[in-house]
Amino acid sequence: MNATNKSLKLRSSKRNNIQRLGFAGLGLLTFLTVLPILYIVVKIIVEGISAISMDFLLGFPTDGMRAGGIMPAILGTVLLTFGVTIAAVPLGIAASVYLAEYAPDNRWTRLIRLAIINLAGIPSVVYGLFGLGIFVLFFQFGTSILAASLTLGIMTLPVVISTAEEALRSVPRSFRVVSVSLSATQWQTIRRIVLPQSLPGILTGVILGLERAAGETAPILFTGVAFYLPTLPSSPLDPTMALPYHLFVITTQVPGMPSEIQYGTALVLLVLVLGLNLLATVIRSRARRRRQW
Amino acid sequence: MNKFILENLSLTYSDNVQALKEINLEIPAYSITVLFGPAGGGKSSLLRTLNRLNDLADVKQITGRADLLDHEGNILNLLDKSTDVIALRRRLSMVFARPIVLPLSIQQNLTYGLEVSGVRNRERLDQSVQHSLQQAALWDEVKDRLNDPAAALSGGQQQRLCLARCLALEPEVIMLDEPTSGLDPISTNKVEASLQKLKESYTIILVPHSIQQAARMADLAAFFLQGELIEVAPGNDLFINPGQVKTRDYVEGRFG
Repeated sequence: MNATNKSLKLRSSKRNNIQRLGFAGLGLLTFLTVLPILYIVVKIIVEGISAISMDFLLGFPTDGMRAGGIMPAILGTVLLTFGVTIAAVPLGIAASVYLAEYAPDNRWTRLIRLAIINLAGIPSVVYGLFGLGIFVLFFQFGTSILAASLTLGIMTLPVVISTAEEALRSVPRSFRVVSVSLSATQWQTIRRIVLPQSLPGILTGVILGLERAAGETAPILFTGVAFYLPTLPSSPLDPTMALPYHLFVITTQVPGMPSEIQYGTALVLLVLVLGLNLLATVIRSRARRRRQW
Repeated sequence: MNKFILENLSLTYSDNVQALKEINLEIPAYSITVLFGPAGGGKSSLLRTLNRLNDLADVKQITGRADLLDHEGNILNLLDKSTDVIALRRRLSMVFARPIVLPLSIQQNLTYGLEVSGVRNRERLDQSVQHSLQQAALWDEVKDRLNDPAAALSGGQQQRLCLARCLALEPEVIMLDEPTSGLDPISTNKVEASLQKLKESYTIILVPHSIQQAARMADLAAFFLQGELIEVAPGNDLFINPGQVKTRDYVEGRFG
């Protein structure tokens, strides 16, 4: 009796050790996956923080962009993000409501869904060429904020549509049945129950889409962005500078560029994008806490 | 006085399941009609046909007649495509098996039906909240926290809230599909007592969750088996002296 107990105990301590080893290994691998990201973020902060100043954030570039600030690029990226919001968000939400709530399940809607999934996978430079062909040349918007926003908007649409549709579908069907049984129309049900309940999910998708758009270079390369502009854009039909492209320019196209300005620019872009990301996380977690189902 | 007259009513879903087979039934006003029988008998399908919630389901074919009568003897054909289903659902209100509260406050749950119908008058809405909660025997428990989320209530309270929400619509008919299936005996008693009082002013159709409840509640009892209406009789007769062998076997617990 005693002997069996002992051997059982031995075996269980061995199994415990194997479990500990396993967890330790998995933990190490997880750490390895975030290591590059941590390294990049820390490196950018360390190398770039000294460049950050009021003059850098609010000034124009001088000395062939080797000195001065990056305000036109920051403003350009903000303007483009705003443009994308107008171009993609209302359309995307409308499409997702149609797909999730109204569309019958037939060959057409399956084709539309397939198209949306595939659009999300198209390389961004292809969107750039598409924008050049359609908006810059065919509609004659020229290289402009308008053309670039529309191009980025089309690129963002699939993200918005698919995350918003997902959010709408996650609202329990029983709410819809009850609402209709209380003599609400389908539209009243959507507006009063389904949309408010899925709004946090939709917003999260929208912000993640905008964040991707804000950081893209290829789609705006041919459609709206300029190497250097001495003045700020005064209408949507003017071209603009933008942070991602500016970063590309000052790291590859300008000889004798001080590295702290490069890293400083990267830091500003990083803060902008991570800020949006943080906003999405806050919205999501607040909504989870308040959710009643 | 009859509230509903069903003639040869048949319903087939798109998966070719015939949920209702040639149903002939007259449902009287101001009484409790109990539809009972084993699962899959067509009871829920019948309720959802009456208030046209089946419009949301995959229905292949409905034949026969289903008429709703009002005080003046006007007849509304429930199956007619042109029937105003929004107005209809205000007249025929429904409580479901699981208490499904909308993700709103207690107050908003109660005013939802009136608000979507265009009622804006604050006084009328408040009155309706109090009155319907009192009818459902819930007023005393929630009167101090009407703005709390309805989801914070207990299961029994939620189901009485669902009943109150139906009453707030000021319907003519209340249809209840196993309203006490998830409730404890005390909550069940409260709901049943409310219904006994409510039948003075409403027509009630109840799908009970047990034969005992059917026997307790039925003014008129209708036994459904696999889409067929086997027997209809006043509750007192049917449960004491069933006229059909199948009814007797079921009531005596030989299958179920």
